[in-house]
Amino acid sequence: MTQYFTLEFIAMFIGFMLLIIGVWGMLTQKNLIKIVIGFSLFTTGLNIAIVSIAYIKNSTAPILDKAVDRASAGNLVADPIPQALVLTSIVIGLGVTALMLTYVLRMYKEKKSLDINSYTDLKW
Amino acid sequence: MIKKGLILLVLVGFVAIISSLLINFKGSEELNPLARHYAEHGAAEVGAANLVSAVVVTYRGFDTLGEVTILFLAAAIVGFFLKVNTRDNEREASLRKTSEILITASTLLIPTIFMLGVYIFMNGHLTPGGGFQGGAVIATGMVLMIMAKPNVKFNHKLLAFLESVSGVGFVVIGVLGVLLAAGFLDNRILPLGNFGSLLSAGAIPIIYVLIGLKVGSELTNILDSLKETQNEK
Amino acid sequence: MSIVLAIFLGLVILVLAAVAIYHKNLKVAIIATGVVGLFASVLFLLLAAPDVAMTEASIGSGLSTIIFFYVLNKIRQSND
Repeated sequence: MTQYFTLEFIAMFIGFMLLIIGVWGMLTQKNLIKIVIGFSLFTTGLNIAIVSIAYIKNSTAPILDKAVDRASAGNLVADPIPQALVLTSIVIGLGVTALMLTYVLRMYKEKKSLDINSYTDLKW
Repeated sequence: MIKKGLILLVLVGFVAIISSLLINFKGSEELNPLARHYAEHGAAEVGAANLVSAVVVTYRGFDTLGEVTILFLAAAIVGFFLKVNTRDNEREASLRKTSEILITASTLLIPTIFMLGVYIFMNGHLTPGGGFQGGAVIATGMVLMIMAKPNVKFNHKLLAFLESVSGVGFVVIGVLGVLLAAGFLDNRILPLGNFGSLLSAGAIPIIYVLIGLKVGSELTNILDSLKETQNEK
Repeated sequence: MSIVLAIFLGLVILVLAAVAIYHKNLKVAIIATGVVGLFASVLFLLLAAPDVAMTEASIGSGLSTIIFFYVLNKIRQSND
């Protein structure tokens, strides 16, 4: 039971709960902009979950300066590889959100409605 | 009714997968061998004090090329979809004049914000920061300029020129790494220098300057396309 | 100490995410999304990742909210 109260478990739990809230919002809401908001929350939750893997107990940031000397850096710093992945992922999340909002603008200009039930062109 | 049932089924599936991942999660006590190699030998091989920068630009440089491509594609598609033919004479007269506090404060703040952005990407190999953060700060400075003077016109030719030159320069440095050193985007094509000074870590400052300019001009392009649609009738 | 702070941040993040999905006024929902990004940036700092915290604060909490508000203004403007 005591393994469940460490910092990384709490952070991963927060990240996954945010992911589930985002997916729920994308599936149940009718307003187009609320769907894009759900997608943005989903991306943020996933990034929190990935960064929580990189945490080592009682570690510090992976920057070599006066507080961390170069010889014993292997025992003091956190894992830098998932942090590099999340850096890329945040920027790509912004690009995809901007693209989705552009599509919302064009769809609104066609039918003048923000409700997703009124876009039935692809249904048979 | 069927739709609600299907939504519930998808969510239950998600919760099952996630809980099976959560229960077996145990925090690690020490670094795994690959990260230990990067932490111990990263300063000697790459010469950068910021280990995350060393991983993003040098050890995993190919992923950065993919990210730059995706950003370029997103900016191009947004610019293509939101193309508008403006006749902005009638719009200029109807905009409310912005308040005096905003105009005065922005003339003081905008050069400071640009300088902060340039500082962030020039010192990317020494302190937390780098090209992407610096580019985002520069784009936020442009947003302040748009809000203070609503009918400012950006020079599209200059932005397009900056963006394409930075992109081509990034790929050229990568190919130079293949020709002169060990692999794509290897930073040992320039000498490594003293550890911790500004002109150290080989080609990393140059790569970050190019990435910072590229990201800044791309985000400014997206924001400018969105601003132009406000003027359309 | 940091565990208490992380639990507090987690509660605030989850409450604000529920507000962002269920509130009727779209402006409140967009601002709640921005504040979730801001608190996520503080959580990244607790997890020893200052690079990621800086990126999330500037991109996820600043630029994303601005883009949402541009689109909302355009939709409302062509509505009346």
